[in-house]
Amino acid sequence: MAARIITVTSGKGGVGKTTTTANLAVALAMANQKVVCLDADIGLRNLDVVLGLENRIVYDVVDVVEGRCRVRQAMIRDKRLPELYLIPAAQTRDKSAVSPSDMIRLCEELSSEVDFILIDSPAGIERGFKNALAAADTVLVVTNPEVSAVRDADRIIGLVEAEEKGPAKLILNRMNFGMVKRGDMLAPEDILDLLAIELIGIVPEDEHVLISTNRGMPVALDPTSRAGIAFHNISRRLQGETVPFMDMDEKSSFFSKLGKLFGPGGN
Amino acid sequence: MAGWIDRLSGRQPQSKDQAKERLKLVLINDRTDLTTSQLEQMKNELLVVIARYVDIDPDTVRIMMETDGREQRLTAEIPLKPIRHRR
Repeated sequence: MAARIITVTSGKGGVGKTTTTANLAVALAMANQKVVCLDADIGLRNLDVVLGLENRIVYDVVDVVEGRCRVRQAMIRDKRLPELYLIPAAQTRDKSAVSPSDMIRLCEELSSEVDFILIDSPAGIERGFKNALAAADTVLVVTNPEVSAVRDADRIIGLVEAEEKGPAKLILNRMNFGMVKRGDMLAPEDILDLLAIELIGIVPEDEHVLISTNRGMPVALDPTSRAGIAFHNISRRLQGETVPFMDMDEKSSFFSKLGKLFGPGGN
Repeated sequence: MAGWIDRLSGRQPQSKDQAKERLKLVLINDRTDLTTSQLEQMKNELLVVIARYVDIDPDTVRIMMETDGREQRLTAEIPLKPIRHRR
């Protein structure tokens, strides 16, 4: 069976692409999916540290593309989960070391072996973005509720459409519902109104994300944190489940999601 | 928090509304590759051309950039003055 190939992108840097990729990979793997995540940010790799796998790198994606190792040898297995693998980016090369057709070939080779291939795109709209997009069958655009991030998301959504990889789906990251209530943050409805694409997840601002990244333990490994729940919800939507979105009321949202996660029919 | 008295008195709009309004215009510019001043200039030139053929009152003409999903649409509402038949 062919794998789903999902690219996580954003245009603007620092909105949470890598955190999203890592946590969706973890959430999917916790749901017994076989997942490989691929860092397409050549020269600025980070998916390895966010996943906590930085000490286990031997080969990287450029080694695979240039034939110095087999794909299998570059796949680092995350021992915390049954079937989660990382293919890291090269740190000392630049984006021109890999071409869009290299990415398509690599994903074709991986496709028969796993359920999901998650590709972490670099920021920007140049070669690295094109590489990350080349093999995708689904594109997730991550944005934050601020003007610069929403503007860049709009540009990226347009480029994804132009490459005939659309329609992209939107992840709103770092929503602060308290600020939304006070009228000091764009609400999800405002952003969807502007961008006019389908929403696939809302991730609340949550200090557990930073704390867990400090430890190299993606927040989704702790399915009681609010951000962790949000990533698990996105993972379930990617698997075809209908899961309601987090509402503005933080407490009721927290407990209802917790109930759904552990209750009958959950996860 | 600081601005709530201003808000109650209606002096300052909520910051998220300002963000949304600003984004609306920026996205139109980005999607059409037209700046606000180019858009104004286009409207003025359109008016001149239209006026060459029909009698219009420039103050009643509305030429707008509308957004429909992810598509931009230029729409115009141009009331024509009734034709005065000359003898």
